[in-house]
Amino acid sequence: MDLNLLLTDKNWLPWLIPVGPLLAFFIITLVTNRSRLVPATSHDYSGDGQHPAYPGLGVPVVTPAGRVISIIVGMSGIVMAWLISLRVVGNAFSIEDFGKKVMESAVTWLSTGTTTFEMGVLVDPLTTIMLIMVPLACTMIFIYAIGYAAHDPRQARFFALISLFAGAMLTLVVADNLLLLFVGWEVMGLCSYLLIGFWYEKPSAYKAAQKAFMTTRVADVIMLLGIVYLYASTGTLSFRDIVYNQEVLDALANTPAIIFGGISAASLIGVFLIIGTIGKSAQFPMHVWLPDAMEGPTPVSAMIHAAAMVSAGIYAIIRMYPLLEAGAHPHSGEFNAPLMLMAVVGSVTALFAATIAVAQNDVKKVLAYSTISQLGFMVAALGIGAYVAATFHLITHAFFKALLFMASGAVIHGMEHGHHHVAHAHGHGHDDHAHDHHDEHDVVHDHDEHGHPIAVAENQHGHGHAPAPAKQMVVASQMPGAFDPQDMMNMGGLSKTMPVTWITFLIGGLSLAGFPLITAGFWSKDEILLDGWVGLSEGFGPHALVFICLALAAFMTAFYTARQLSLTFLGEPRTPAAKHANLGMGAVSATMTLPLIILSVFAIFAGFVGVHPDFPLIGGLFSPNREIPFKEFLGGTLLVKPELVPFSIIAPLASFAVALGGLALGFWMYARKPLKAGQPDPMVAILGPVYPVLKNKYYFDELYTTVIVKPLQWFSREVAYVFLDKGVIDGFLHLTGRVFTWLGDIIKMLNMWLIDGVGDGVPELIQRFGGYFRRIQTGSVQQYMLIIALAALVIGIIFALSSGVLQASP
Amino acid sequence: MVPLWMYLLVAAALFCIGTYGVLSRRNAVAILMSVELMLTAVNINLIAFWRYLAPDNMAGQAFAAFVFVVAAAEAAVGLAIIIAVYRSRRSVIVEDVNLLKG
Repeated sequence: MDLNLLLTDKNWLPWLIPVGPLLAFFIITLVTNRSRLVPATSHDYSGDGQHPAYPGLGVPVVTPAGRVISIIVGMSGIVMAWLISLRVVGNAFSIEDFGKKVMESAVTWLSTGTTTFEMGVLVDPLTTIMLIMVPLACTMIFIYAIGYAAHDPRQARFFALISLFAGAMLTLVVADNLLLLFVGWEVMGLCSYLLIGFWYEKPSAYKAAQKAFMTTRVADVIMLLGIVYLYASTGTLSFRDIVYNQEVLDALANTPAIIFGGISAASLIGVFLIIGTIGKSAQFPMHVWLPDAMEGPTPVSAMIHAAAMVSAGIYAIIRMYPLLEAGAHPHSGEFNAPLMLMAVVGSVTALFAATIAVAQNDVKKVLAYSTISQLGFMVAALGIGAYVAATFHLITHAFFKALLFMASGAVIHGMEHGHHHVAHAHGHGHDDHAHDHHDEHDVVHDHDEHGHPIAVAENQHGHGHAPAPAKQMVVASQMPGAFDPQDMMNMGGLSKTMPVTWITFLIGGLSLAGFPLITAGFWSKDEILLDGWVGLSEGFGPHALVFICLALAAFMTAFYTARQLSLTFLGEPRTPAAKHANLGMGAVSATMTLPLIILSVFAIFAGFVGVHPDFPLIGGLFSPNREIPFKEFLGGTLLVKPELVPFSIIAPLASFAVALGGLALGFWMYARKPLKAGQPDPMVAILGPVYPVLKNKYYFDELYTTVIVKPLQWFSREVAYVFLDKGVIDGFLHLTGRVFTWLGDIIKMLNMWLIDGVGDGVPELIQRFGGYFRRIQTGSVQQYMLIIALAALVIGIIFALSSGVLQASP
Repeated sequence: MVPLWMYLLVAAALFCIGTYGVLSRRNAVAILMSVELMLTAVNINLIAFWRYLAPDNMAGQAFAAFVFVVAAAEAAVGLAIIIAVYRSRRSVIVEDVNLLKG
């Protein structure tokens, strides 16, 4: 590969996009991550004292220089990727008729006899849109992580892992075939495992990591089946050759599947791929890993939920959408198995996750369920053929969800800060903020040192303060008496102490709720609802399901957003920690607030590229050419550009109603009379017996534990271990061992007797002969001659006798 | 005329004496002399056969002449070696000359 070509030819340039972060990962891991061991989770690295919770345990800690260099390397990698992406996006916009013509280049990766498998990069309109979103969001997350993880002993490791994460995501985005996409997909799975379990001292963290890994693995295996089947049927995995080639699509749509008779090969492959997405994007019923993934550091949550992991799942099915749709026409009411699956799963997920989010008190868990719900919107939208709307929502959601996660991280950070301030207040003065600034895990483990933190009941009883030790054992998930800085019941009134976070959180929240006209979330959600409504008005069942479920989900989204905003920021502080919460001073907090501000700009303005031209008053302003700019651009990805969905005033009215209604109800319940400290959540009384069900996430974790995990464990222990392993396999092995020992003894005897006999006998014989013959060799010539003479005499006599000479003489 | 077998008998006797000398004498000079006796026996055979069986052909005489020459040369070389050995070893007894014996 000519390096010069790489830099000048725009077809080659996309190769370089993932290189920066991947290189950064290797450099940090191999070079700059110089560490030494200190006690686990200790923030006092200089001393050699052991942490009381982990006697004898050490963790490697990066030296300050190594930490700074690692941050620089990680930042350089992602910024490089971002700049190259901008350049590629610029190139893309300069191409005439982009979509028919694309930037692509490939190298032969694997030659198998008559066929070759090509790996390459592809930049088409969909990739371009992703390249606008992903590197930008990643860069913001990186900047945020500088401040967020500033006091983490393993910040260098953190940067290495998020660099790999970003590199894998960018690989996935620029991939030109399903296999390379899958590679990026799996690397991300690994990274999410490592990052969710980043604070592996916490049992809940490593359990969450395992859960995420195992859940997605199940889905990935099925997705791999789909990829293999696709390759077996078409002989290629290139996106361009499959989804941009009507012949291949028709052929697949007309071939019956090898199993599940009655559906086409295309549908079977589609279903397999969708199951991969269900795992990756945490759709029902594989959603259980995502809320637990909140155990990771907050930038990771943003990464997983916005820029990378879950977007990748949606991206994959958007990418393969023509294949999923092959043989069906959702806009005229013809559905096939993948579309139905997506519509049903998406709608159910959107509604179901939104209901859970209503009853959560953990600030990040609310956002986690909201993510699941919003991803359900996208999947459902794809299910009814709203290709453009789904992509649009993917992008806007990425921006405002990254914003929300990082803002919630700032809130948590501020709460910890406030809590330490309070905890140290009697011992120290008020001016020791600098070293009080800790991370979540420090806080969780540190509080037994401080004695008497404020323990607040976070469960459904809503009792407020619970100082009794017995109560604390129930309440605290990690350690007795742990203060939970993520519990919204501990917050309140943060708008005064953390104004920047408040404003940005408000923008993100309104965007999530779909606040009409001025937020990005409104436009993308509105577009999905419009697609649903148009189908519903023509009497298509799936459209009706999607429309009704999503409208309800959108209403609940607005409601729980209002609840979250009110509980967190409005009213009076409910704990001393909330009263003193802030981000601290200096550069650290600047790196945390800057990304929030930048992303909040996108959370508002990203929506204006997708305004329907027939929208009253402002439609013509944003979409002058009777065409939605976003759709106009993205449509080039498909072989046949999607038609403009006819405008209907019902859909925006519904959007208005659910967004404003939900927000109004939420603020009415929570902001009109803000909760006082210790006051129970009004939800408990209103929902009655339903509340514990929602609070406990419909008991899905318990259900899975009972139905899947326990039987599997029983099976592993009793059948696989005791019967199969101990009984059958070990028995067979022992029997084999005995037989072979016995056989070995026989062979050994044979060996001693025969082989050794021959082996030793031959040299012995030769030696003995030598011994005899050496006596002949006296060195005396005369003796030799005597022998010769005697021999000659004997030979002569024999010769004479036998030839008859003597007899012949008369 | 003396019959052929008498010559042959003399020659055989001479050869046997020579062989005995070669095998039994310890003095190298004596061994050399014995070898000369054996050569002489051969010469007698050659001449006798020539005279009695093929008097027209000169091959027997010619062979005898060759044997003389070889015997002279052998005596010269052999005596030279014996003298050289004697100079270094002060002995011409063959058993004493055993430097190369392993």
